[in-house]
Amino acid sequence: MTTKTYREALNEALREEMHRDQDVFIIGQDVGKFEGAYRVTQGLLSEFGPKRVKDAPISETAIMGAGIGAAMVGLRPVVEFMTINFTLVAMDQIVNNAAKIRYMFGGQVSVPLVIRTPGGGGQQLTAQHSQNLEHWFAHVPGLKVVAPVSPADAKGLLKMAIRDPDPVFVLENLALYNTKGEVPDDEYEIPLGSADVKREGTDLTIFAHSRMVNVALRAAERLEDEDGVSAEVVDLRSLRPLDTETILNSVRKTNRAMTVEEGWATYGVGGEIVALLMDHVFDDLDAPVKRVGGEEVPMPYSKPLERAAIPSVDRVYDVALQVLA
Amino acid sequence: MATKTENREQLLDNYRMMVLIRHFEERAAQLYTQAHIGGYCHLNIGEEATVVGALSTLRPEDYVFTAYRDHGHALALGSDPGAVMAELCGKVTGISKGRGGSMHLFDREHRLFGGYGIVGGHLPLAVGAALAIQYREEDGVVMCIFGEGATNIGAFHESMNMAKVYHLPVLFFCSNNQYAMGSMPEDDSAVPEMWMKACAYDMAAERIDGMDVFSVREATMRALDRVRETREPMFLEAFTYRFRGHSMADAGRYRSQDEVREWQRRDPIQLFGRRLQEDGILDTRMREDIEKAVDEEIERATRFALESPSPETDDLYQYVYTEEDR
Repeated sequence: MTTKTYREALNEALREEMHRDQDVFIIGQDVGKFEGAYRVTQGLLSEFGPKRVKDAPISETAIMGAGIGAAMVGLRPVVEFMTINFTLVAMDQIVNNAAKIRYMFGGQVSVPLVIRTPGGGGQQLTAQHSQNLEHWFAHVPGLKVVAPVSPADAKGLLKMAIRDPDPVFVLENLALYNTKGEVPDDEYEIPLGSADVKREGTDLTIFAHSRMVNVALRAAERLEDEDGVSAEVVDLRSLRPLDTETILNSVRKTNRAMTVEEGWATYGVGGEIVALLMDHVFDDLDAPVKRVGGEEVPMPYSKPLERAAIPSVDRVYDVALQVLA
Repeated sequence: MATKTENREQLLDNYRMMVLIRHFEERAAQLYTQAHIGGYCHLNIGEEATVVGALSTLRPEDYVFTAYRDHGHALALGSDPGAVMAELCGKVTGISKGRGGSMHLFDREHRLFGGYGIVGGHLPLAVGAALAIQYREEDGVVMCIFGEGATNIGAFHESMNMAKVYHLPVLFFCSNNQYAMGSMPEDDSAVPEMWMKACAYDMAAERIDGMDVFSVREATMRALDRVRETREPMFLEAFTYRFRGHSMADAGRYRSQDEVREWQRRDPIQLFGRRLQEDGILDTRMREDIEKAVDEEIERATRFALESPSPETDDLYQYVYTEEDR
């Protein structure tokens, strides 16, 4: 094990996969000479050259579509979007092409590509640069969506995404890039579609993904310290497919649950988890399941306003107590 | 005269294919009105010279991406008419296994990499396939076919720019049938001639008579030679006309019957047939024989389509994800 940042772990995953498979290449805005808007592709241009680390014009539609076209012909593109907010410009390509091509052509062709992009707020980047839209992609059959929180998960899941034969959306998070964690030195695998119990507990399950897992873990510590409550934190890690077995088993054990997501909860990930629990473990529940999400406003600039808009440890703690009441 | 330099068999093949497409589309229209074909159904009738002229020039290592008016494109590339008709009828024997229908034909063997239903949305895919050709240092080129209406969407401009910036072997082939549903270029395009848009991307471009298969073939071969040699993109605009509506559901209120009749005087199959007769390559008897053989082939294709089974509903989830199909 070696301590690495989330950014370094992603960078390693890219480097190792590019060494392993000559068909893997990176395309995106400023991924080469600039070394990535958030430095995830640092050093890769000098190591692999401009053919495999391709700087692209500000043309999200063409970048995404070119990735899909190259994948159809057998390459393994990793398409970087500077932030998830810019994927909206390429939505037609992602939803109408990447997700549909295999199906509507009767399985004659696959689209083995990765979309990497950070979401999340907290950097005073305001309304157009702070969104959490990963569930939009998780809504669409034909796509897979993963959202790692730890450096080890980030590396493992990105590598598996690159090797997957279908389009995989890898959600990163701006506020996670500098966070550190232990990363195995040897090769390891994290199957797509596997949740991870990040903290074991017996009284309540908190479901979260991406950065909100860390918020949930801090809330769980406070619940333990101040209230003697044993909260389990399940990191969904994959939004499509969902690891229903891990999710349901946790609630069968704790009998109480809540969800936390950084984005707006309305029509969101939490609602999906709640519906899953209603379908399968309704009789195991001792209390109504509650959701925590970002406040339903465009992200404001002012620091106090922004802080108020994003789910906090205090908020998760308060709602947990309601579920436990 | 082009006929003197062209191979006689090639010309007869082209003629036969144009007749096949015409009769196939007429049969498809019938099957649509009989409710054997559902959804949208866009016909190539009137555009046969453009379709056959362009697609008969490709090599096995090339790729074709096209829009939703794609029946003729599949046929011209060599797809089995039975499999195409079966797809239109939603059968499991269809070229896309009954999952795509009229708009989404795909034939890997004949390098048809899809018909796509979002106007202009397939242009970036063609750029990506060309990027893969360049990446692997292969010899092929990509032909990307789209209508003139597609030149007004952002994906067109992004794709043209990217193809040029990356020096990719793409032939952008604009089939200008003069109507984007009911809108003419004069209504919706800042420049009425599409080839002019290529100038903004420093791309060689040419406008050709899309009703004349000689003109289309000759210009496309020249353009493809140039793309193969220079490994740079190029743009062709074939000026053509669709004799039928945008789709089967089109009352045609946006244009006069006189206008349609005027264009039908330049019916590409009649023009080509007369020319071949003048050059002694074809006679009335041969034309009748070709029509008869084509009709028999289409009847076989139709019978195959109608007699084929639908996909099993148990297989509804097949082809969503690769792993699950293994």
